[in-house]
Amino acid sequence: MRKVRDSQTTRVDSPKANRNHLRVIGFPRRRVDARAKVTGQTRFADDIFLPRMAYCKLLRSPHPHARIRKIDTSRAAAHPGVYLVLTGKDVPIQYGILPVSQDEQALCVDHVRHVGDPVAAVIAREELTAFEALDLIDVDYEILTTISDPEEALATPEPRIHEYGEEGNIHKLVALEFGNVEQGFAEADEIFEDTFFFQGNTHLAIEQHASVAVKDPEGKLTIWSSTQTPHYLHRALAKVLEMPAAHIRVIATPNGGGFGGKSDPFNHEIVVAKAALVLDRPVKVCLTREEVFYCHRGRHPILMKFKTGVKKDGAITGMHLQTLIDGGAYGSYGVASTFYAGALQTTTYHVPRYRYQGCRAFTNKPPCGPKRGHGTPQPRFGQEVQLDKIAEKLKIDPADLRLRIVESPNTVTANFFRLGTVNLAECIRRIVKVSDWKEKFRKLPEGRGVGLACSAYLTGAGLPIYWNKMPHSGVQLKFDRSGGVSIFCGATEIGQGSDDVLAGIVAEVLGIDTFDIRLFTGDTDLGPVDLGSYSSRVTLMAGNAALQAAERGRAIIADAIAEKLDVPKERLCFAGKRVFDSAAPEEGVSFQEAVCIAEVRFGTIGTVGSYTPPKSPALYKGGGVGPSPTYSYSAAVVEVEVNPVTGWVTVPKIWIAHDIGRALNPTLARGQVEGSVYMGLGEALMEEQEFRRLPKKLSHALVHKFPSILEYKSPTSLDMPEVITELIEEPDPHGPFGAKEVGQGPLLPIMPAVANAVYDAVGVRIDEIPITPEKIMKALAEKKAGRDPRFGPSHFPHINWPEALRVPPPWEGGDGNAVNDVRRGKSRQEKEKVLAP
Amino acid sequence: MTTLPIESQKTSQIRFTLNGEETDVSFAPYKTLLEVLREDLGHTGTKHGCELGECGACAILLDGKPVLSCLVLALECGGKQVLTVEGLGENGHLHPLQDAFADLGAAQCGYCTPAILVTVKALLDQNPRPTRDQIREAISGNLCRCTGYLQIFEAVETAVLKITEQDSSAT
Repeated sequence: MRKVRDSQTTRVDSPKANRNHLRVIGFPRRRVDARAKVTGQTRFADDIFLPRMAYCKLLRSPHPHARIRKIDTSRAAAHPGVYLVLTGKDVPIQYGILPVSQDEQALCVDHVRHVGDPVAAVIAREELTAFEALDLIDVDYEILTTISDPEEALATPEPRIHEYGEEGNIHKLVALEFGNVEQGFAEADEIFEDTFFFQGNTHLAIEQHASVAVKDPEGKLTIWSSTQTPHYLHRALAKVLEMPAAHIRVIATPNGGGFGGKSDPFNHEIVVAKAALVLDRPVKVCLTREEVFYCHRGRHPILMKFKTGVKKDGAITGMHLQTLIDGGAYGSYGVASTFYAGALQTTTYHVPRYRYQGCRAFTNKPPCGPKRGHGTPQPRFGQEVQLDKIAEKLKIDPADLRLRIVESPNTVTANFFRLGTVNLAECIRRIVKVSDWKEKFRKLPEGRGVGLACSAYLTGAGLPIYWNKMPHSGVQLKFDRSGGVSIFCGATEIGQGSDDVLAGIVAEVLGIDTFDIRLFTGDTDLGPVDLGSYSSRVTLMAGNAALQAAERGRAIIADAIAEKLDVPKERLCFAGKRVFDSAAPEEGVSFQEAVCIAEVRFGTIGTVGSYTPPKSPALYKGGGVGPSPTYSYSAAVVEVEVNPVTGWVTVPKIWIAHDIGRALNPTLARGQVEGSVYMGLGEALMEEQEFRRLPKKLSHALVHKFPSILEYKSPTSLDMPEVITELIEEPDPHGPFGAKEVGQGPLLPIMPAVANAVYDAVGVRIDEIPITPEKIMKALAEKKAGRDPRFGPSHFPHINWPEALRVPPPWEGGDGNAVNDVRRGKSRQEKEKVLAP
Repeated sequence: MTTLPIESQKTSQIRFTLNGEETDVSFAPYKTLLEVLREDLGHTGTKHGCELGECGACAILLDGKPVLSCLVLALECGGKQVLTVEGLGENGHLHPLQDAFADLGAAQCGYCTPAILVTVKALLDQNPRPTRDQIREAISGNLCRCTGYLQIFEAVETAVLKITEQDSSAT
């Protein structure tokens, strides 16, 4: 066996990250659900088989854009073994994840907007019968003009894909200005203007979406589903089915990978719920892989233009970002994505003046939505590649340039995001050191190169998706006479380890093992609401709720034991499944006895905890997207080898440092970093959700170029490079035990670091993701011909931007409001109606 | 009387060895081994991600060799030995591979895990001391979207050490 491991983690902690007093938190351990996973006993949605269960299949539109003139389901309904056929009129109420985009119907009533849009559902005794019956449904379509990309959408206001939005086929326009950017450019020594394109890509969770719905014996609805957001699905079901939410139970089964792809309420979930209610029997649906590609909600393709002014020393004087975003056929999270694409530029480096203009267009493709990093990896790619260009022009090492301009901790940014701990500089210094950056950058032989990039990400969205002032997460604890503790929480296990986070925190506070804990999570009936597994929010928000509940339980038990042992309760220690006097450790009782004593004293022991994020200073319209209790930071160095004959890129090694606050379970934290690096590498080099027109003699439909796992290339075990992970631990006061997020942030620097490394290796700029061999060969040909050695978009189209909301930054006396907002003076509550994950 | 849909016509029958146990099963003739395992035998430990032979999530061992059960007709399996994740542990104990995967973060969502476990078992049966590159090669047909594979490699290497220790202390 090789002595040198392909991956390793180092934890760099500050004095404040002292682990001496901890027994569970911070130590590598087997996650609580690991045994179920390695024995195949984790029950995913499609593993549920119930007596009398029927199967559902959806008939999907073969056309990208059409009116439905007529649907005839009579032949399908008469097919032997078919129990029910549903069409749009059976579930006509519109829904959608965001209150501002209630634009979906479970089955299209009269308008299909992309190939794969569902128009009818067959529920049959057997899945094969349901498949067969789909062919017996006759749909008469009137074909409409297809809009295949955002520029076409701008040029084609009619026919409209939706009857709402800004105008024509523009879904959302955003224009925000923080300080006088033109003045910033006037003060600059150099101005850089660069255009980038980031192709869409998809989550490709290996588990296909599946749901099982049943009318329970009491006549209420229960649905098991592979969803990351059971609470939002709960709300959508109540709305569309016109049922009291109290009569609906949503159980999020452990997700076989989520990555954002199971965060919307989906048409198939609503359809099986409706069918189960009508038929009074269990109904299951499991999507085929091709259907999953058409469900999508993945990374938005974004064309972007960065204009950045800098001083000779690298200080940024102003930045203007424009984005043109391909939204696909529905709103999904898109309004939030549009804001997110402009939100986090200010969180890594000091940007004193900043203007953002974003445009999301509807197109006749599967809707885009949130994928790991939600809306921020695309502009992060542009920003970090442009910084590489700036560093070269200013003749400053790219690592040194970034170190000069990193934002300070506990700052309020130009766009009014309040930062917590910021250890980006330490991240940069670590990777520079461990990667031997100074010996490699611009010094490796032709064909080999290194690139560096950084990023930031939120640790949980500061605002919920629908306006409310209630907690974002709640936890209930039940203390049992057996000495066991049960955790009830809506948090959803999607593989990231949310159950282990809860168990680890509760075990630490109560001095017991995680194995003593039972978890009841992701169930809207059993646990208090947690908003879901998105925006990297679970560790901080559900974690803080669990911490509060555990501390309250500990206080109750401590009261009883202090009395019993006649010691001050401050002296009691909970550890090793005992409660004892820290001054005389032999004086004590077992945790089980302690619970019994407390129960005698106070009655049944149960506690609750909840978490609500701090209020954001961003009061302007749109300021609801981007605030977070605190932000994580990452810096990465990628080494590449580029074959000059084929353009093939090989990545031998990646170094990444992540400012995590504290790693609650370092094994899982490292897994999240490495998984992010892996996924970022896939996006950088190969993954793309691309569409093509079928020939005119066929249907001329706009179809997915390769809706299969074989053709949608993703990295295999053979492609994965060596990864060195450095976790930087300085506990953040907002996080439970100081923890910040780790699930999304480390993906972000990978794509720009690869692009910067390719430039270091062969001297060509690939300003477009993914960086394929074909693009490298084209750029190399340009270089050989003495032209601009670059591949990427050449222009950004004209867009009629609205007048920007002008928000003076804090250092210009701004109070977080826009000075020209017509709504100014309205209540904060009304202003915050544009809310997002 | 109307004819039953084909899926209800469990007209095919095989006898094979499933995780060491003689098993008779009746099923519709078109069914894949994956479908028969999950739907007719209740062995849901084996997963699916495409049912087209692309993702590797449905790998099982057929006469000791890893195959994609979504591409094998159950009818072909009469008389054969099938090992799934349910058959990995022995006498109530996890297989060393399962222990190492659980301890070292090799299973995140756990969806690809059963197939990777049996695929690696087949590798170790052939080659008890594989190199890192041989491990990479062996699971290159099993896609994992969560881990980035590195913790999987380490878990396999750790299990190999443990198995080697067990074997040497047994002799």
